[in-house]
Amino acid sequence: MVELYILLIFMILGAIVAIEVKDLLSSVVAVGAVGLGLSIVFLVLKAPDVAITQLVVEILCLIILIRATLKRDLPFSTSGRWVFNTFVTVGFIALFLFAAMKCLKDLPEFGYPAMRVASTYLKEGLSKTGATNLVSSVILDYRAYDTLGEATILFTAVIGVLAVVRRIGRKRVEEKIKEEDE
Amino acid sequence: MAVYLLCLVLFSLGLYCILRKRNIIKIIVGVIIAEYAVNLFFILVAYRMKGRSPILSPDAEILNMVDPLPHALVLTAIVIGLATTALLVAIAMRIYEKYGTFDITKIRELRG
Repeated sequence: MVELYILLIFMILGAIVAIEVKDLLSSVVAVGAVGLGLSIVFLVLKAPDVAITQLVVEILCLIILIRATLKRDLPFSTSGRWVFNTFVTVGFIALFLFAAMKCLKDLPEFGYPAMRVASTYLKEGLSKTGATNLVSSVILDYRAYDTLGEATILFTAVIGVLAVVRRIGRKRVEEKIKEEDE
Repeated sequence: MAVYLLCLVLFSLGLYCILRKRNIIKIIVGVIIAEYAVNLFFILVAYRMKGRSPILSPDAEILNMVDPLPHALVLTAIVIGLATTALLVAIAMRIYEKYGTFDITKIRELRG
């Protein structure tokens, strides 16, 4: 399990670079490195389906973010209540970590999961659904409504993006307001 | 347990980025990092020592497989994450067109 630790530390370093670097394009590229590292971590943890999906989604996400940041670099403002903001943020994160540490004690130990539901899927998955890949049998058969909801959210988000990005409707409204003002 | 701690550190970095940074693109980066950490946590919970990936084959030892249920949940969560990221970036680009900046404090000053 040494490679898991190495990859996790690599991801944390990449995240620190992504957060602290001044250049926006460099920040986006560092996020891409974190995502590809996450894909390899999934592969190490024996989740090939998730690793493939993560790879594809990461590349698409990177394209979208680079489209947003290209030629739009701007200097960071450092004015304002720097000490107060940092203090409040760090205090909040410390509170979160304290609560999370208490919750971690109740989890089963790493490597020995409590498979109450999944043991049934593993035993009866092939005979009931006929799929040799048990992840797809869970996605498309046992929890198909989950996937239906996912598709609903996906298309709702696409409608939202189209409504925000499109220009024709917005211009007409502004023209009407101008005409009313005149 | 140390693996869970590293995962929590990654989530905390994303949280810090969301709460502290002023550039909208940096905030989106923080959201993405936190989302990665949550996905990673689910897959870590599902892992079983010396386990196989949950794909059946004739010589399969069923007892030794990793948990397929969190894999399915994370698979849907990743795709939803892409959709929400696209929506965030679209709103950020619209804000840039309207105000000419990514800085959230400047946007607040321009209100009214």
